[in-house]
Amino acid sequence: MAIMEVDNLSKIYRLGDIKVNALSDVTVSIEKGEFVAVMGPSGSGKSTFMNILGCLDKPTEGRYLLEGTDVSRLNRDELAGIRNRNLGFVFQGFNLLPRTSAIENVELPMLYDGLPSDERKEKAVRALKNVGLEGREGHHPNQLSGGQQQRVAIARALVNDAPIILADEPTGNLDTRTSAEIMDLFVRLNRSASITVILVTHEPDIAAYSKRVIKFLDGRIISDMPREGAL
Amino acid sequence: MINLPSTVRISFRALRVNKMRSALTMLGIIIGVGAVIAMLAVGTGASRQIAAQMSSIGSNLLIVLPGATTAGGVRMGAGTQPTLTMSDAEAMQKECPAVSDVAPVLSGVAQVVYGHQNWSTGVVGTTPAMLNVRDWPIASGRPFTAQDVKSATKVCLLGQTVVDNLFGGQNPVGQIVRIQKVPFTVVGVLASKGQSPGGQDQDDTIYVPVTTAQKKLFGTAFPGMVRIIMVKARSTGDLDPAEQQINELLRQRHHIGPRQDNDFTVRNLTQMMQAAEQSTKVMTLLLGAIASVSLLVGGIGIMNIMLVSVTERTREIGIRMAVGAKTWDIRLQFIVEALTLSLIGGIVGIILGISGSEVVSALAGWPTVVDPFSVLLAFAFSALVGIFFGFYPAYKASLLDPIEALRYE
Repeated sequence: MAIMEVDNLSKIYRLGDIKVNALSDVTVSIEKGEFVAVMGPSGSGKSTFMNILGCLDKPTEGRYLLEGTDVSRLNRDELAGIRNRNLGFVFQGFNLLPRTSAIENVELPMLYDGLPSDERKEKAVRALKNVGLEGREGHHPNQLSGGQQQRVAIARALVNDAPIILADEPTGNLDTRTSAEIMDLFVRLNRSASITVILVTHEPDIAAYSKRVIKFLDGRIISDMPREGAL
Repeated sequence: MINLPSTVRISFRALRVNKMRSALTMLGIIIGVGAVIAMLAVGTGASRQIAAQMSSIGSNLLIVLPGATTAGGVRMGAGTQPTLTMSDAEAMQKECPAVSDVAPVLSGVAQVVYGHQNWSTGVVGTTPAMLNVRDWPIASGRPFTAQDVKSATKVCLLGQTVVDNLFGGQNPVGQIVRIQKVPFTVVGVLASKGQSPGGQDQDDTIYVPVTTAQKKLFGTAFPGMVRIIMVKARSTGDLDPAEQQINELLRQRHHIGPRQDNDFTVRNLTQMMQAAEQSTKVMTLLLGAIASVSLLVGGIGIMNIMLVSVTERTREIGIRMAVGAKTWDIRLQFIVEALTLSLIGGIVGIILGISGSEVVSALAGWPTVVDPFSVLLAFAFSALVGIFFGFYPAYKASLLDPIEALRYE
């Protein structure tokens, strides 16, 4: 069974009298353990697509099955619960809480899952170790490099044992060498822990780490094929 | 649901980030709570003082005064017949069921001499019932007796001020003092009572048997005449019946016709004091209400700062929502933050209010009483202010769209 299944998905925004079709009739199925790159120019609908996949937004029409559950009709708090336990987010701007230590940033999802303090600490330490940040638990974001901050964000995405990571241009703010390190981390997580990774990028170099590339244009999928073919 | 210790920690951290702002916001609550506590302390102090004075003149007290009627012409019996007499007092005791004690009073000012000391004071001729009427215990020695009154013995009870002025440190019981050159044996000393509601020293007095005062000290136009009669009702509820019974009895005894004015007046002291106490209570309430307005303004300050804080931290809210914070997680975070502001402000305000009322007490000499209930009230009120004014910003934060919030710069 597909881990994510999207059927005839549409998203229509109304800006005054004008209707904008951000997504029209998108159908995609993603299997567990896939590493998918989503590409397309800005305004092509890839961000809207990611927001819906990430349960941050609801589709206007169509169905979205996440691990067999139709999440397109859930309410705010139910979606928050899904985001908490089933999804991990990695953003271009890292989106760590400022003035908050690395370990507390990583603990955040568990805080909202109601885990006791000891268990939170233990799992957060393990997650930071897993991304190569042993000994940096007490550092605040402004004391860490961009690459390190993004690792903290990845640790935060992983810590609740989410099977899916949604990464929105995770290397957009990083230099080439650090980008490669981060991408290697995604590849390792995808291979060893069979975590499903969905990555938005417009750099072919970054998309090259994936196994499948979905291209968007004007709210529609224009190509969806294994990476070898896409290149 | 998010756990409370973490929420509290988060809110403390958020408040520490903007120390100056948090302190200024708290200041509103501090001033509000402090003002409420200080105002209530001043008001409570005043009404306690009145209550204490009230019990010092004796509870459930009525005073019967002779002919105060001047309107309508010549007063009946004036000059030809004493208006109040010993037998009036005895009749009241016998025939008014609402009355518990009756003490006739014939008083005057006299020079008192002991050894080479002398002192001018009020001498009150009365009966032993006076001590019950005024709830006045004996500090040492014994009271004079009904027998002393009957046989007009030359004995006396001294007030504390008289003792201080005539005897210094000596024990006066058993000594002889001269009141207007008449020797009296001191049989007892009255316990100290302090100031009367009118500000007079109640301890500057001497009690002698009323008959002795009539015969040996002041003399009377007619035998048995007294100046006033003090009456104690059985209870507060008996004050009005007692007043009515006395009126009826005296009208009958003084042969006052239905169309004639009374040749006496019954004054209800307790009622007057209660009215005074009531007005202080209203004053206290008013002061408290005015002070609570400043607490309200402090609350609006909290709301204002919380709204700014929500806007500033839009991105943080977005992050929290993205990783799974539910509506109430966000709301609780901001409510707890507002509550932290208002409760810390409340505690500091309580300390300030208590010390402020001490300062008022010391500088202005007003008695202030910090009622624990008013402290509790102010604290609860500041908590309520925190929740009330924190809710709207928290509500606003919880309704943010996570996507927009994450994009917010």
